[in-house]
Amino acid sequence: MTAWFPSSISGRCYCVLLVLLAVAPWIFQWTDQPFLLDLLSRGLILAIAATSLNLIMGYGGMVSLGHAAFIGIGAYCVGIPAYYDLYNGWFHLGLTIVVSAVFALLAGAVSLRTRGVYFIMITLAFSQMVYFAFVSLEEYGGDDGLVIYLRSEFPDFLTMQGPVALYYWIFATLLLTLFLVHRLVRARFGRVIAGAKHNEQRMQSLGFDTYRYRLTCYVISGVTCGLAGMLLGNFTGFISPEMMSWIRSGELIFMVVMGGSGFLFGPLVGTGAFVILEQYLPEFMKFLNPSWLEYWHLPFGLLLVLLVLFGKGGIHGMLSKLDSRTRQSDR
Amino acid sequence: MTRPLLRTNGLCKSFGGIVATDHVELDILPGIIHAIIGPNGAGKTTLIAQISGALKPDAGQIEFNGHDITSLSSSRRAQLGLARSFQVTSVFMPMTVLENVMLAVQGADGHSYRFWRPVHKDSEMLEKSMGYLQQVGLADRARHLAAEISHGEQRQLEISMALAMKPRLLLLDEPMAGMGLEESSRMIRFLAKLREQTTILLIEHDMDAVFSLADTLSVLVHGSVIATGTVKNIRANPEVQRAYLGEEHA
Repeated sequence: MTAWFPSSISGRCYCVLLVLLAVAPWIFQWTDQPFLLDLLSRGLILAIAATSLNLIMGYGGMVSLGHAAFIGIGAYCVGIPAYYDLYNGWFHLGLTIVVSAVFALLAGAVSLRTRGVYFIMITLAFSQMVYFAFVSLEEYGGDDGLVIYLRSEFPDFLTMQGPVALYYWIFATLLLTLFLVHRLVRARFGRVIAGAKHNEQRMQSLGFDTYRYRLTCYVISGVTCGLAGMLLGNFTGFISPEMMSWIRSGELIFMVVMGGSGFLFGPLVGTGAFVILEQYLPEFMKFLNPSWLEYWHLPFGLLLVLLVLFGKGGIHGMLSKLDSRTRQSDR
Repeated sequence: MTRPLLRTNGLCKSFGGIVATDHVELDILPGIIHAIIGPNGAGKTTLIAQISGALKPDAGQIEFNGHDITSLSSSRRAQLGLARSFQVTSVFMPMTVLENVMLAVQGADGHSYRFWRPVHKDSEMLEKSMGYLQQVGLADRARHLAAEISHGEQRQLEISMALAMKPRLLLLDEPMAGMGLEESSRMIRFLAKLREQTTILLIEHDMDAVFSLADTLSVLVHGSVIATGTVKNIRANPEVQRAYLGEEHA
């Protein structure tokens, strides 16, 4: 067994998954299914957002019900410049990072003074504020949203034009995000975040100003999620306040929990499962009985409940259970 | 006369109508073990909480090493060299014993805004942490989860974490709580040796432990210090006997 290849079943699954994602555009080209590339692109963007949520929620114990606000902020950081015919991608990128960071800093500075349900409520309140702020911005379409006619341009760098090029932008950003989180949670900073999740008072008595560490973590997560929004704006070419509604934030939590909160690849597989179910469950219901189509949320909700009740650690948890089982049978 | 390491000045704290700390004046001299005894509900833990920064006093000052620390947060106080162990074991249960101590070592190292290098590859920190575990005799448990080890071992872990912060003053809130006889006596021997390293403020119910360890004793009754002195003086003090020892020996 070579060392670079993971020895656990879950590790191998993720390895194969990443390789498949890397070659997916070719597969879809051969099989002539451009629609699937669209679905996958959207899924990976959401996976970036979910991974960023996992950083604060899974590793840091900060359950935010307002994370979609950052998706919206990122998307509008593409949309509003585009409205003024500013298509320079570096400008979009810089704007996204700055605006997301400032918003995360302000919202985090207030909400991180609270815990538990109060934290959930305050993050929700902040995201609703942003939501209604954009609804009221008539100049940029208000409720109806804004069409982006051209994608961000990165002159003398890589192009974002065309679905395959955009897909690789998304895939590369996802890889970077995963790598960032992987390093972060194992570094000194990440250990402090983990300690503050389990026992904040103890961390303070060890000399850590936990508030600042959590705030830093929240900003990193917010900026990462903002990048997902920037990609989403480019991908859909149409943005509206709907992208940052609290329902979207709730879906992000579902994705993290479904995949396995606090595990690196949890949000990625969780998002995959979520997007696939959202896409194919209605068709499956229609196949069973045409009149059932609109009730697809019912089995969807049931699945979620079952997963939360019986699948501790989500899909990742089940995979690692397989691991321990085979390890036992080895003995 | 040596300057006290810690001094409380007219410290007061009440909860509703109950006075938990009543104008407490306390001088802790460096290099000794100073024990605080008192019947249940005398306000010992409340006092420790104010010294460590977990509770804000209603009135009075706390001076540490010549600085007024009354308004500082507990994390700032910890950085200045005030370490505490908790009455109720407060370690990070889902982490390994080693990871627990590593966090304390990180705390002593100053800021932890280091985002890239994995801690488990930081051999300097690993060595340091193992050293502290060896000191309390937990080195062979390093890879176990804190939740898996015995209660007595968790208490030892708690103390090794406090030591890893290289404290000037160690606040120990009932370190022997819930320990068996053998574990207690091992802990007493260990604390006696610690005297050379750091100053200790000890709160303890176990009278044998207090009498064998303490250089100075303060007796706390109903939130106020009624006497301070050597073990011998305190034992001979009639007021103390009446208020505290008398009750138990009656």
